[in-house]
Amino acid sequence: MRDRGAPGDARLARDRERDGAADLTKSSGGSLFGKIWERHVVAELSDGAALLAIDRIFLHERTGAVALGSLAAAGRRVLDPRRAFCVMDHIVDTRPGRGDRTLMPGGQAFISETRRTALAAGLTLYDVNDPEQGIMHVISPELGIGLPGCTLVAPDSHTCTQGALGALAWGIGSSEAEHALATGTLRVRRPRSLRVNLTGRLAAGVTAKDLGLALIARHGAGGAKGCALEFAGEAVAALDMEARMTLCNLASEFSAMTALIAPDDVTLSYVQGRRHAPRADAWSKAAAHWRQLASDPGARFDEELTLDASTVEPMVSWGVSPAQSATVTGVVPGAAPQRPLAYMGLRPGQALRGLPVDAAFIGSCTNSRLSDLRRVAALLAGRHVARGVAAICVPGSSAVKRAAEAEGLDRIFRAAGFEWRESGCSMCFHAGGESFRPGSRVISSTNRNFEGRQGPGIRTHIASPETVAASAIAGSIADPRELVS
Amino acid sequence: MTPLTSITAVAVPLLLDNIDTDTIIPSREIRSTGKTGLAAGLFAGWRYQAPGGREPAPAFVLNQPRYARARILLAGGNFGCGSSREHAVWALGEHGIRVVIAPSFAPIFFGNCVRNGMLPAVLPAAAVHDLAQVIDADPQANPLTVDVRAQTVTLPTGRSWHFPLESEPKLMLLGGLDAIDLTLQMQQRIDAFLERDRLERPWIYLGTER
Repeated sequence: MRDRGAPGDARLARDRERDGAADLTKSSGGSLFGKIWERHVVAELSDGAALLAIDRIFLHERTGAVALGSLAAAGRRVLDPRRAFCVMDHIVDTRPGRGDRTLMPGGQAFISETRRTALAAGLTLYDVNDPEQGIMHVISPELGIGLPGCTLVAPDSHTCTQGALGALAWGIGSSEAEHALATGTLRVRRPRSLRVNLTGRLAAGVTAKDLGLALIARHGAGGAKGCALEFAGEAVAALDMEARMTLCNLASEFSAMTALIAPDDVTLSYVQGRRHAPRADAWSKAAAHWRQLASDPGARFDEELTLDASTVEPMVSWGVSPAQSATVTGVVPGAAPQRPLAYMGLRPGQALRGLPVDAAFIGSCTNSRLSDLRRVAALLAGRHVARGVAAICVPGSSAVKRAAEAEGLDRIFRAAGFEWRESGCSMCFHAGGESFRPGSRVISSTNRNFEGRQGPGIRTHIASPETVAASAIAGSIADPRELVS
Repeated sequence: MTPLTSITAVAVPLLLDNIDTDTIIPSREIRSTGKTGLAAGLFAGWRYQAPGGREPAPAFVLNQPRYARARILLAGGNFGCGSSREHAVWALGEHGIRVVIAPSFAPIFFGNCVRNGMLPAVLPAAAVHDLAQVIDADPQANPLTVDVRAQTVTLPTGRSWHFPLESEPKLMLLGGLDAIDLTLQMQQRIDAFLERDRLERPWIYLGTER
C-alpha cells in the first residue's frame, strides 16, 4: 500500500480515487522499467530488442546542429516537431550581459547553426536569453516536458537525471538523435534490470550527491553494467524531487543505461501545474496511470544491490573517475593507482580534508537547482570564501536564477565572494573557452572529475554543494557538518 | 555506412579501465558542427606534449611506429564512459580504427559504434590481456583477424576467442545498414501505435490536446 498523501495533497488523493478505473497499465509482477518499456513497444525486433516510441526529444547547441544538419542533408523531416525541444546550454557564455558570443573558439557557430536548424525544423527553442533557458535536465522537469511514464531521449549522457520523474529517459548519440527525430522511435536493445535498494535515512549534512558517490565508489564506475537501474527504498522515498534528480544524474557515472524512481505523491505534487503537464481531465487520467507504474511487489530484477544510506558520509573524489571517491574525513587509498595520483598531485594515505583548493564551483545538471542554492546560501550566510579562492555559482536555469534572486540568495552568494552567473553548463566541462587558472585544484558540485574535464591540467574534486561551500570558506577541502554544528 | 564483415589489422593496446569520451576526444578539440576533422583531436590530452599543441608525446602508444596502421584498439573495462558525444567514435573511425575490443563498454558508446560501422567486441579482461601480451612482442607480426559473422578474434597462431554480438547490431554491421531506412519501412506500425496511443495518453501529444 502507498502512504497516504502528505497534508495538502487532498487533491491528489481525490484524483487517485476517482480514476481508479483508468487502468492503462497491467499490474502483473512488472517492474517500473518494464511497464514503461512495454507501453512503448511499437514492434518487437530480434533478440529482445524493440522499436520503442519516443515521447520527447531534447537537443542542445553542442550537438544539435550535427543531428539536424545531417537529417536535413538526407532529405528527412522531424516527424513531430511539437514533441522536440532544443536549448542553448552547453557552451553559452554564463557571464552577465551575454549574447551569442562565447569564450569557446568557434562557439558562436554552434549557437547560430543550432538556432537556424532548430527553427527550420520547427522545434521549440529555448534560446540564449529566453526566460526559460537553462540546463536541459533542469528546465525539462521545470516546464513539465519530461513527465512520469514518458520516454525521453537527448544527446546528453545525463538525460538519466529525468528518470527521477519516473520517466524512461536516457542519453544517446547524434545518429540516434537523428533516428528519433525522423521516426519518433528508437531501435533499443532491452537492457538488464538492476534495483538499488537504499535503506535507512541520510544523516544531517549528507546529501543525494554523497549517496550516489558512495554507491559508485563501492561498486565501480562500470558497476551498473548498462542496466536500467531503479532506485528504491526508504532513503529514496524521503528525498525531494530535486535530490532525486541529483541521484539519478549520477547513474551516468555508474554506467547505467538509465535510472528511474517510481512516481509517488512527491512526484505528482512536483509535476502538477507545470507548463506542459496535463491539466483537468487529462491530469486525472495521467495521474492514475502514473500511480500504477511503481514496481509490483513480485517484480523481478536481474540484479539487486543494497546500501544503507544511514552509513553514508559526505564524499569527495580524489582521482579521475567518480568511483575514485572517499569520505571527506578519509584518505587517498593506500592501493590507489599511480596514474590518477600523478594527475591529481596526491599520494597514497594523504588526508583529503585540509587539502588547499584554488577554486570552488557550484553548478551543473547534478547540483544547481533552487534547493541546492538554498542549502549553500544557508552555509555561506555571514561568511566569506577564503582569500585566493575563485568561487563561482551558475544557477541551473534562468528560472532558478530568478527564484533565487527573489529570495535574496544572490546577495548572500555575492557577499560571500561568489560570482553569480547566468545559467548554463558552464565550467562543468572545458570546451576550449573559459577555465580555471592553469593547475588549479577545484572543488566542484559537478559530476565528472576526468582528466582535463574542466580544462587541461585542472584537478577536479567532485562533492556535494555543501562540501563545496564549506571548502570554499575554509580554503581547503572541508567537512560541511562542522559548519552546521 | 561501410559494411564490416572481417578485418585483419595491427592492434594497439590501451589497457586502462574507464577511458572516458572526454579523453578519447576532449571537448576543446570539437571545433565544427560536422562529423569530420576530428582525427587530430583523438586522445589529444595524452597524444601531444602540450594542451592544444600537436607535438607528439613519444610514450603514447598511438605515436609509436611499432603500432603504425593499427585499426583495432584493445582497451580496458567500461570503455567510452562519460559524455555521449558521438565525436569519440567519429574521431576513432577517422583515425582508422574499425574495431574496439574491451571487457565492457559504456552503453551509449556501444550504440554509437554500431551506428557508425565500428565493432565493439566484448572479451573477458583475461583474454584482452592475453591478446595484448602476444601483440606487444611484435605488433606488426601479430595482426588480429576479427570476423563479425563468426564473432571471433583470431591471432596468426590460430588461437581464437568468441565474442557475443546480438543479431540487431550484427546485421547492421554486416550489411552497413542505415537504421533510419530500416525503421521507416515500419511506418505503418508506427502510425498504428500513434493512433492508439493518442487516445490513451493524450497528454503526450503536445499541441493537439486543446
